[in-house]
Amino acid sequence: GFSYPDTDLDLDLLQSVTVQPPAPTISLLNSWLPPSPVMGIECLVLGAGQEIGKSCVVVTINGKRIMFDCGMHLGHSDDERYPDFSLIDGSLDCVVITHFHLDHIGALPYFTEVIGYNGPIYMTYPTKALAPLMLEDFLRISVGRGVEEKFTADDISACMKKVTPIDLKQNIQVGKDLQIRAYYAGHVLGAAMVYAKVGDASMVYTGDYNMTPDRHLGAAQIDPLELDLVITESTYATTVRDSKHASERKFLKAVHDCVVAGGKVLIPTFALGRAQELFILLEDYWERMNLKVPIYFSSGLTRQANIYYKTLMSWTNQKIKDTIALQNAFNFKHGTTCSLHFSVDNFCWCRNVNCVVSFDRSQINAPGSCVLFASPGMLSGGLSLEVFKQWAPSKVNLVMLPGHCVAGTIGHKLASGKLTKLYVDNNSQIEIRCKNVNLSFSAHTDSKGIMDLLKFLSPKHVMLVHGEKPRMSILKNKIESGMGIKCYDPPNGGVVKIPSVTVHVKAQTTDSFAKSCQSPNFSLSRCSTSGAVFSTDLTSPLIVSEDRISEAILFMDRSKARGVHKEELELIGSGEGKPQVVLYGHCFPIRSDNLTKATGRLGLSGNRSWLKVLALELSHLFPQTNVQNMGDFLQVGSFQLSVCLNQSCTRRSSDVPGVHATTCTYLCCSWCMEDEKLALAIISSVRNSL
Amino acid sequence: MKLTCLSSGTGYQYPPCHILEDVCGFRILLDCPLDLSALSVFSPVPPDNGFVSDGESSHISARDCYDKEQEIRKRQKFGTPLHGEDLIHDELWYKTVKNLHLWDPSSIDVVLISSVMGMLGLPFLTRAEGFSAKIYVTDAAARLARLMMEDLVSMNMEFQYFYGPRESGAPHWMRREELELLRPEVKEVVVGKDGSELGVWMPLYSLADVMDCMQKVQTLKYAEAACYNGTLVLKPFSSGSEIGSCNWTIDGPKRNITWLSCSIFASKHAMNFDYDALRGRDLVLYSDKQFLPLMDEVQSNDASSTIPSKDLSDLSRCCSADKDDWKKLSESLLSTDEILEKEKLDFICSCILQSVQAGGSVVIPYNRLGILLQLLEMIPVLLESLAADVPIYVISSIAAELLAFTTVVPEWVCKPRQEKMFSGEPMFSHVDLMSKRKLHVFSAIHSPELLTTWQEPCIIFASHWSLRLGAVVHLLRRWGGDANSLLILEDGVDADIALLPFKPLEMKVLQCSFLPERRLPKIECLLKLLQPKILVLPDDLKEKLDFSNPSSDKFPVLYYTEGKTLCLPSSPEGSVDLEIASVLAERLVWQTLEKHDVMYTRLEGELVMEQGKFRLLPGIARADSHLSKTKEMKTDAG
Repeated sequence: GFSYPDTDLDLDLLQSVTVQPPAPTISLLNSWLPPSPVMGIECLVLGAGQEIGKSCVVVTINGKRIMFDCGMHLGHSDDERYPDFSLIDGSLDCVVITHFHLDHIGALPYFTEVIGYNGPIYMTYPTKALAPLMLEDFLRISVGRGVEEKFTADDISACMKKVTPIDLKQNIQVGKDLQIRAYYAGHVLGAAMVYAKVGDASMVYTGDYNMTPDRHLGAAQIDPLELDLVITESTYATTVRDSKHASERKFLKAVHDCVVAGGKVLIPTFALGRAQELFILLEDYWERMNLKVPIYFSSGLTRQANIYYKTLMSWTNQKIKDTIALQNAFNFKHGTTCSLHFSVDNFCWCRNVNCVVSFDRSQINAPGSCVLFASPGMLSGGLSLEVFKQWAPSKVNLVMLPGHCVAGTIGHKLASGKLTKLYVDNNSQIEIRCKNVNLSFSAHTDSKGIMDLLKFLSPKHVMLVHGEKPRMSILKNKIESGMGIKCYDPPNGGVVKIPSVTVHVKAQTTDSFAKSCQSPNFSLSRCSTSGAVFSTDLTSPLIVSEDRISEAILFMDRSKARGVHKEELELIGSGEGKPQVVLYGHCFPIRSDNLTKATGRLGLSGNRSWLKVLALELSHLFPQTNVQNMGDFLQVGSFQLSVCLNQSCTRRSSDVPGVHATTCTYLCCSWCMEDEKLALAIISSVRNSL
Repeated sequence: MKLTCLSSGTGYQYPPCHILEDVCGFRILLDCPLDLSALSVFSPVPPDNGFVSDGESSHISARDCYDKEQEIRKRQKFGTPLHGEDLIHDELWYKTVKNLHLWDPSSIDVVLISSVMGMLGLPFLTRAEGFSAKIYVTDAAARLARLMMEDLVSMNMEFQYFYGPRESGAPHWMRREELELLRPEVKEVVVGKDGSELGVWMPLYSLADVMDCMQKVQTLKYAEAACYNGTLVLKPFSSGSEIGSCNWTIDGPKRNITWLSCSIFASKHAMNFDYDALRGRDLVLYSDKQFLPLMDEVQSNDASSTIPSKDLSDLSRCCSADKDDWKKLSESLLSTDEILEKEKLDFICSCILQSVQAGGSVVIPYNRLGILLQLLEMIPVLLESLAADVPIYVISSIAAELLAFTTVVPEWVCKPRQEKMFSGEPMFSHVDLMSKRKLHVFSAIHSPELLTTWQEPCIIFASHWSLRLGAVVHLLRRWGGDANSLLILEDGVDADIALLPFKPLEMKVLQCSFLPERRLPKIECLLKLLQPKILVLPDDLKEKLDFSNPSSDKFPVLYYTEGKTLCLPSSPEGSVDLEIASVLAERLVWQTLEKHDVMYTRLEGELVMEQGKFRLLPGIARADSHLSKTKEMKTDAG
């Protein structure tokens, strides 16, 4: 018969009578448990491996493939300039660009328009806005030097059209499995660190980042994340930079000394990022010292950039955002158009900075001292190189290299003191007599910052890119010995495989299991074993244990694993002490007035007539099944349904669906595991129809 | 889980307010608006008294004087048409959400804000004793809401200057004998239909309250996840109705909820409605009432009547379409809205133009940033075609900051405007208009710059839409008698009462909805596409939406009623996901049931709740002891 025994499932009994799993169930178990070895993360380094330039890493996380950055190497002009895309095996799920510098985005138009990548591309709003400026400027300079590049201006615009802009911390779902999220990285406007997650495996690719705030940008910010891998830049793998004030003073003093002595100062820099930062610094100083020496900007690039900087205000640092919030309006409040000048004062770009003007080539040899910001940085060509050739022979002049110079560029040679002569063209050369100062104004983090970030994130593995080989291996040792984290520094073309260890298997649990889990059930006990963790005194440590979970039993059948609270189960057919079937149960309310109405139509009354109505209803809803009315209960296969009068029924659901306890009748159901689907279908249709 | 609808609201200006109870044990308040339309029962500050204060005594006498006059008038005039003098002549009080004060503020765990309007009542709550809930709101909505609240406070100053310092205790109109004297139309607003709403009136919060409130909110970007107490993962997704407005998803271990607030399919300024992210939830709570046609219309030339209904049959056909046609379908959802909205605004513009041509001025009490921005783009084009030199003014204490704000939020605007930003153009044309001196922005009606540039006819955007506060009041007094002038009101304002203090009114009044009503078939279509397991709708939709047609995607629909609590059933399967660490899973000792392909084991380990998921991790000491215990048991059995 059908009854509701109040006794719980006797687990010990179960254990004593069951047998070891036969072969087919073992295979069942194997399909549930994670595959061994687990898929994990595989990194293919296409660029910036043991070098700086053409950042590009292809990472496969649990089968999903992402390309982080797609940069070009400015120190090469041959095939080495671009990452070797032929090494990618299979298709990419997406490309993520961290910021607009050419060594991170330079190869993107080539990759999308020439190689033909056609999937999604993600970058932050500022990166999408400023990247075309960088790329077009680069093309202009290349054309100026007569170098033929692998992509055209049309390719740039076609490529940028495919880009999806993203905001910080926005969760981006790429396909069904891959999730990416950007975090603030400092470095330049819009620079991002990228978090990627597939299944249980997750990682962060830092791109370039800065752990100290500067005049217009904040410091990198990231949430505490549980990570399998962090791929970090290591430009300053061993350098601990001076305090910013010291280098700023040094910079200002060098510039001041030069202009006072009547010299000209050349600051070769990317038109975006450092230029704005240094300009804020210089302009501040100019005002304080009441200097009248003109400060020039080399290109219209800066003007356009400043327009973007204004719109993308929210990507600068908090201080600037706050001043904006306090101000009632921006510059256009006074009815003037947006000025091309970038100013520190409330960041409103329109202060009457008379000394700042645009620069044209005729002014190169004009008499008098001046300061000139000229692109590109590193003296790799364009106006900055042209001006350098004019100004370098004079001793009073100064070349300020405000950042890191890639090996192979003139800037690099100059900074390392190896440059004494330079060919202007094939048959004439100039002597380099000017002073040069190389200050690390670069907005990269130093080694302390790298270590701080890694300590904060405590990933299971670290991979270093974007650095110089000898320094990287020093940092690598430091990370491995100091933090106990496995660290890799693969060269270009290298592959790093990381097993993913935070793998979970999925199980479903019932409502009452979850409910019991939500109410903690702590118990304290004294334990004399030495391995105990929660110990208050040495002689008898106190154990805090929490017994919720041991009330649960996990079942596994053909389809899935299910966690069930022990009170939900019962055994039937346990003749000869051998359990045959496990029953699940559910007790739910329906509105009695509906039921009474329905029985009234048939001219019946009483609990038994309710079952008749339900039987009719069910045979109508499930015509393919055989609904039997057994008098006290209905039976469909192993599914049984009866009117429940037991107020303390253990299967009773507390979530009452839109009916009040006084006006409802409870129906109690039970079913065997194999009829689960049918049972759920019946329950939900009974609920909906009544 | 239970849902209580505190107030079903009136639409965009006064969004609905709900409380969700027992969402994994937590209590969530959805929105905290203010019913600003109720301000219409007050009389604006009289015209002859400026806003310059001249000593306390005169204020009190002014108030007393009005009291007596009013009383006499009311007694005499009962039964005659409503008159401006029948309104309450006192400092403004504000009507908060009807049933919210019945809840203990300290019992609320989470507050979710869907829009700027849904936040205007929040300072009342945050200053309440014991309030400690986490408040989540989008970054842009929070910044706009701060401006709106500051504007309210600054406009309210005029009343404070006029009536003097606030009396302690309840204002005179709240006294029973005074309430009895109120005209029924006014009284209904004051005490509510069932007479229970007198307790919800509050004097406005202070600037300090606003600042305090803003410090307590946690701001999010679109699609950024906030995790409350490890249990609930909360994410805002753009709703398209305004910059920063959002729909929320609440993901807990037991169920996923989508709360759909006022949403617009294709926005001309804000980021598009992101409904893709809302699909496949267990429960969808749809609280948008905006599509409901409003009964009171001052003039019959409502723009909505001009809109063809040709697209409706297309849409209903769409509803039965395959799920594969998702893309096509969503495109059709977007495109029709766009046409409707454009037609509405075109109509409004043509009315503006007529007035200006006739030499009249136009007053638009703006209430939606989006409409302001769009009209600012459309009107100058029309004016140019006429070669008419008509200046446009925006007058509000926050106007300049509001417009400046729109230039720095590319992440919150629609795709076409983002494209403008990427190509180096301003996202909104008001930047250009200001530099060309076609658009002037003033902080107040009496600002000296305004006096020097003033020119009539003109087109003025000013606050406040209740016609009781701000520059609008003064402008209506100026042009009320001019038959060529035009006032544009949005639906949802009870124009009969709102215009009372300005009667007799010669000025033309155009009242229409600024945005297209969401057509019912469209909503039906959307809700079907979201495929919830359970759908919860306001009860006034019961008759209007039909989900009973036999199709494969049938889901139960529940209806909520204002002031009532609705129990929400758990999903039929009642199943909750549990993630078991593989290290743990591998060492579970399985037993098999004879004759059945079923295995079972007793679970062990440490149960934790992370990111809204139950996770079973290997416990530290306990796991080992358990393992040995099971081993012992096994050997016993053997």
